[in-house]
Amino acid sequence: MRTLTFSKRCAREILRDPTNLVFGLGFPIVILLLLSAMQANIPVSLFEIESLAPGVAVFGLSFMTLFSATLVAKDRESALLQRLYTTPMKATDFILGYILPVIPISVGQSCICYLIAMLLGLPISVNILFAILMMIPISVFYISLGLLCGSVFNVKAVGGICGALLTNLSAWLSGVWFDLELIGGAFRKIANVLPFVHMVKLERVIIGGDCTDVWTHICVVLGYAVVTTAGAIILFLRQMKRH
Amino acid sequence: MEAIKTVALAKKYKDVVAVDQLDLQIDQGELFSLLGVNGAGKTTTIKMLSCLTKPTSGDAFVGGNSIVGDELRVKGMIGVSPQETAVAPNLSVKENLELICGIFGFLKEETRKRIENIAEQLRLHSILMKKAGKLSGGWQRRVSIAMALISEPSVLFLDEPTLGLDVIARSELWDVIMDLKGKVTIILTTHYMEEAEALSDRIGIMKDGKLLVIGTARELMQMTSAEKFEDAFVRIIREAQ
Repeated sequence: MRTLTFSKRCAREILRDPTNLVFGLGFPIVILLLLSAMQANIPVSLFEIESLAPGVAVFGLSFMTLFSATLVAKDRESALLQRLYTTPMKATDFILGYILPVIPISVGQSCICYLIAMLLGLPISVNILFAILMMIPISVFYISLGLLCGSVFNVKAVGGICGALLTNLSAWLSGVWFDLELIGGAFRKIANVLPFVHMVKLERVIIGGDCTDVWTHICVVLGYAVVTTAGAIILFLRQMKRH
Repeated sequence: MEAIKTVALAKKYKDVVAVDQLDLQIDQGELFSLLGVNGAGKTTTIKMLSCLTKPTSGDAFVGGNSIVGDELRVKGMIGVSPQETAVAPNLSVKENLELICGIFGFLKEETRKRIENIAEQLRLHSILMKKAGKLSGGWQRRVSIAMALISEPSVLFLDEPTLGLDVIARSELWDVIMDLKGKVTIILTTHYMEEAEALSDRIGIMKDGKLLVIGTARELMQMTSAEKFEDAFVRIIREAQ
């Protein structure tokens, strides 16, 4: 009951912020439309919808980190969390309350991304459903990263770290906009250690139907999701204790 | 009957003693104000009594329940309105109140009744459907107090409730607090002497974590031979230096 009540409140806070809607929904859609229009007018195959759509869908989830981090940081700064710490709410109510409502928002965002992609020519297949399903562990990673950042940083820092730094990292090191093999070297090595490129590849292989390396990517994504969630729980509990 | 009793309650942060061996009893229905200069230990005392901070030593009992050993019970019987307004900004006032009702496990009908009652009591009807974040400072404070009261706590903590408010908003909030007197035990911290004098049954003055004196405003003025309560406060603090 308490978790559900708190989840409902968190979902409302996120969905009622117009900035969140613009960045979370509008931005990925605009990118999809823009790059598809660009692809239609260039002779080389740079932004084919089969590889662009999974990339943009994953990139769109990086905004979930910003949403959840901002919400937690604002709750800390406005003393709403302090008030709620004096009620019978338990640590699990807070952690689940922050994470759970953002999962359906993420899935909704992915559905809209793939729907637009289908309108732009992405072949309709059952693979799209599997791709959306795999968005759940990816979104857990991004949401937990938000909980982690929101537990440590203030609202201003969260805007810089999650809004600018993470979205850029997530964009450049994921292979969404260009093939990492073309650059190679340290850049490619770093990208392969981080989860972003595996998330995009996972979505691409599912959409493409060629699942040769799928388990490698799934393991990396799940590993990062578990570790980040554990880190988020530890840091949230630490700030809760500090209060 | 006592609503709150502290027994050698103390809090230390590394080498700093924030609250030093506090022994205090507050009766049921009493409005008790804690006064002191910055860093006196008022907020730390409230944080300990509302289970936000664990004491380094000693204990306190809220409605007979220990803040150390029976935290969940204490949390079930208190309401806190922090220094900051602490409302969910994108939720309406009604939704903010529903949030607290949900956390305390009240069902739909019970929630509806409680919101109706608190809106009547604190005259919130005109702003119930407005977003809390869009309200003026005075209204937000009122909503904050409503959120603290909706669970019908036996003890209400008001941490500097009129801080930053204009004269009119402060006066309106005083009326709200006056209306609550006798119905619920209130622990209030404030920097405004006239506020403590006008509202409190008894006043405790703290300095460097120690409770220096305790009494009614009149008693403290007599004790220091001061004509104004503010002068009494200054004398008590200066004599302790």
